[in-house]
Amino acid sequence: MSKDLTLEEPMGRVIVVTSGKGGVGKTTTSAAVGAELARRGHKTVVIDFDVGLRNLDMIMGCERRVVFDFINVIQGDAKLKQALIRDRRLENLAVLPTSQTRDKDALTKAGVEKVLDELRKEFDYIICDSPAGIERGAQMAMHFADEAIVVTNPEVSSVRDSDRVLGLLNSITDRAGKTGAEPVKAQVLITRHDKARVDSGEMMTVEDVLEVLAVPLLGIIPESKAVLRASNLGVPVVLDDPSAAAAAYEDAVGRLIGEQIEMRIAADPRRGLLQRLFRRAV
Amino acid sequence: MFGFSLRPRKAASANTAKERLQILLAHERSGSGGARPDCLPQLQREILEVIRRHMQIGDEAIDIRMERGDELSSLEINIEFPGKLGVN
Repeated sequence: MSKDLTLEEPMGRVIVVTSGKGGVGKTTTSAAVGAELARRGHKTVVIDFDVGLRNLDMIMGCERRVVFDFINVIQGDAKLKQALIRDRRLENLAVLPTSQTRDKDALTKAGVEKVLDELRKEFDYIICDSPAGIERGAQMAMHFADEAIVVTNPEVSSVRDSDRVLGLLNSITDRAGKTGAEPVKAQVLITRHDKARVDSGEMMTVEDVLEVLAVPLLGIIPESKAVLRASNLGVPVVLDDPSAAAAAYEDAVGRLIGEQIEMRIAADPRRGLLQRLFRRAV
Repeated sequence: MFGFSLRPRKAASANTAKERLQILLAHERSGSGGARPDCLPQLQREILEVIRRHMQIGDEAIDIRMERGDELSSLEINIEFPGKLGVN
């Protein structure tokens, strides 16, 4: 029986958060974007693809509750429902942790596709937190993506690696291989942006980075103390106290879901002399 | 010295980070939580097996939750039965 495609249930969108280079803010971004989508009422799951170096659970603050993981589900040792960890702060948010004891060979294309297909039925957004590099783990994270957030620091090695990753998104992904499919919609998220250093000419500007990479800009996340604090506490930065980084992630998520939000470069207010004397803790 | 403030001072987040790491790593190094993470699929299968000797339940009827703590970890096992208890 032929089905009318337009009448099928709406399916969740798979968004990979990737970068090539390590330490640029992929997991921070995955947690913040996932939490902000959930706060806006979208059912969202964040998946850790960094097999063997699990860290999303720590950043999301659910590290003590991991029982089963992504690999257990792929290998049939647990049902998806049993491996999903529901966030205690936001009812629309879930985390699918990865295995700490296995390696990336445990990720098979067929296994990943099966899990993603099941998640697409239940969730509006599936955020895939990619490992660093461009090897198997990173390729599996991007393979079935509809969209990509390429996390980039305004720094030469990060921009170069982002360019490499953009090339892979356009060549090795499922969408790239299917004739007639829309390519993966890739957008750059610039993180650790330091306005003072850009102004003094020490750091590349956003325009510089975009000119090199030639893809649309999703947002600019300023260098902010709030990011380390949030990771210390195990709270996505958008759920912690207000900060410039949190506001920038909120804007980026608005753009991700199609809102027109003017690009702005935020920065945390500098603490004045008096405040420093009174040493308000951050 | 000048360290008085009108607002109560928040506990520094770095302490929380260290405590979280100590608890997590203690469990990871001992391969524990009371049990090795890798033994949980087997535990689940065995629990299902034992219960099936007495009752009819499906593969998805079991839900295992864990909370790793500093002094104590807890394992919560919920088993759903269809309708009333179907004891053979």
